[in-house]
Amino acid sequence: MTAPDDRMLTETGLTPAGRGRVLVIGCGALAHEILALKRANGWHHLDLACLPAIWHNHPERIAPGIREAVTRHRAAYDKILVAYADCGTGGDLARTCAELGVEMIEGPHCYAFFDGLDAFAARAGDEITAFYLTDFLARQFDAFVWRPLGLDRHPELTETYFGNYDRLVFLAQTDDPALDARARDCARRLGLAYERRATGYGDLARFLQERA
Amino acid sequence: MAEDDDDLILSDLPDEELVPQMHDDLYDGLKDEVVEGVEILLERGWTPYRVLTEALVAGMTIVGNDFRDGILFVPEVLLAANAMKAGMGILKPLLVETGAPKLGKMVIGTVKGDIHDIGKNLVSMMMEGAGFEVVDLGINTDVDEYLGALEKERPDILGMSALLTTTMPYMKVVIDTLTEKGLRDDYIVLVGGAPLNEEFGRAIGADAYCRDAAVAVETAKAFVARKHNQAAAG
Ligand code: B12
Repeated sequence: MTAPDDRMLTETGLTPAGRGRVLVIGCGALAHEILALKRANGWHHLDLACLPAIWHNHPERIAPGIREAVTRHRAAYDKILVAYADCGTGGDLARTCAELGVEMIEGPHCYAFFDGLDAFAARAGDEITAFYLTDFLARQFDAFVWRPLGLDRHPELTETYFGNYDRLVFLAQTDDPALDARARDCARRLGLAYERRATGYGDLARFLQERA
Repeated sequence: MAEDDDDLILSDLPDEELVPQMHDDLYDGLKDEVVEGVEILLERGWTPYRVLTEALVAGMTIVGNDFRDGILFVPEVLLAANAMKAGMGILKPLLVETGAPKLGKMVIGTVKGDIHDIGKNLVSMMMEGAGFEVVDLGINTDVDEYLGALEKERPDILGMSALLTTTMPYMKVVIDTLTEKGLRDDYIVLVGGAPLNEEFGRAIGADAYCRDAAVAVETAKAFVARKHNQAAAG
């Protein structure tokens, strides 16, 4: 399968191929990572559907979206896994998944599970003034941060949003110098110091390995 | 830009057209125009309190409703809030002089671990607009800071904000500490932030969860009125 296009993943998500026994329904921001794990592990029985990644900025849409997708795809697969953490739904998504009888990823958000929940929690106190990017968000910075926060039209708002932050920490899933440069540039645009931390796929890999 | 033909001259508008125009300008985040409108209404003899409620608060309520309904997103709300703040900057000293109604006092802060402050700032501003005195403790507020401020300020209301699932539980730490010290019933505790809900507010022992700034103002008014009635009766 060719790599899905980021713009589609952001705005509309990804339709499953309709082949396989296990369907992962995940955030569009995790599509490349899940497909990379599928390739690396030879999980031919695993199919992927994604909800629009931009719901990151509208978490109230996530739980209803998952309910709809699970209900729609349920009959065609043996098992469904939800590749989302809480993502600001305030426990709504966990309640929805429990009701539907499907498993989701533990933890508050993708920054935490890429880093590893324990490592992330241990660092939380020291990193309160850090703003995180992942591979997907570094590529899609304009679509997720810059434009929705209105910084393209009103750069003067940068201080209002990021005045309390001092650094950008790039949680890198892959070793990609071009992406590193890009994330560094995002830090510059926000007026923040830059740090790169290689995380790999963290708890996402563990979650899928144990269940796929 | 007076040379621009179709540009409105605000001072030419009668009150009943100027006020809706100010609502539009506020909606569009036009700070200078909002300030100009405030000055014109004051010159025309409006009391500062009337300017605040009918021109600014009413305009910001429209913005808040459209945000709630998904028509506006964060930057539009911020720009409108900045415009309102500029207008309030002129009114604030005058409100003190003219003895505008004082409804009560609130101490507010974003909880420890969380540095989201846009929602909290909006609530503070609308509470001020409604006649509450607000003491803002800022972000990343720990229980000692809350307690210290409560002791110093003796407010009617304690407000806590959290936007992260990881920081929401800290509200309970603060409320439990108040209970342990026998202080819980001295304050009306209001909580808010996008990931919270009513059930969570109840579970941690807050008096109310408020979905948005407008609800916060109404809830605060109702609780303060009840508290005063009880005090009068007791
Ligand atoms: C803007 C934003 C930011 C800005 C914050 C700028 C600032 N100065 O505050 C930036 C971009 C810097 C940011 C950073 C981060 N954010 Co953020 N952010 C948001 C976003 C998009 C909107 C929040 C907002 O400001 N809304 C506008 C205001 C007006 O609404 P509100 O806050 O809900 O407030 C209203 C009501 O809730 C209520 N209210 C609020 N507080 C109170 C208090 C009281 C007492 C009362 C009565 C009422 C009340 O009234 C308000 C006015 O109507 C949300 C997603 C969302 N749509 O909610 C994510 C979101 C909250 N962020 C999130 C995350 C993860 C982060 C980061 C960790 C991300 C990162 N890349 O590093 C950091 C946090 C670092 C930290 N330690 O705090 C997640 C939380 C996920 C989770 N599981 O908890 C969310 C849900 C996005 C997501 N889906 O991942 N963020």
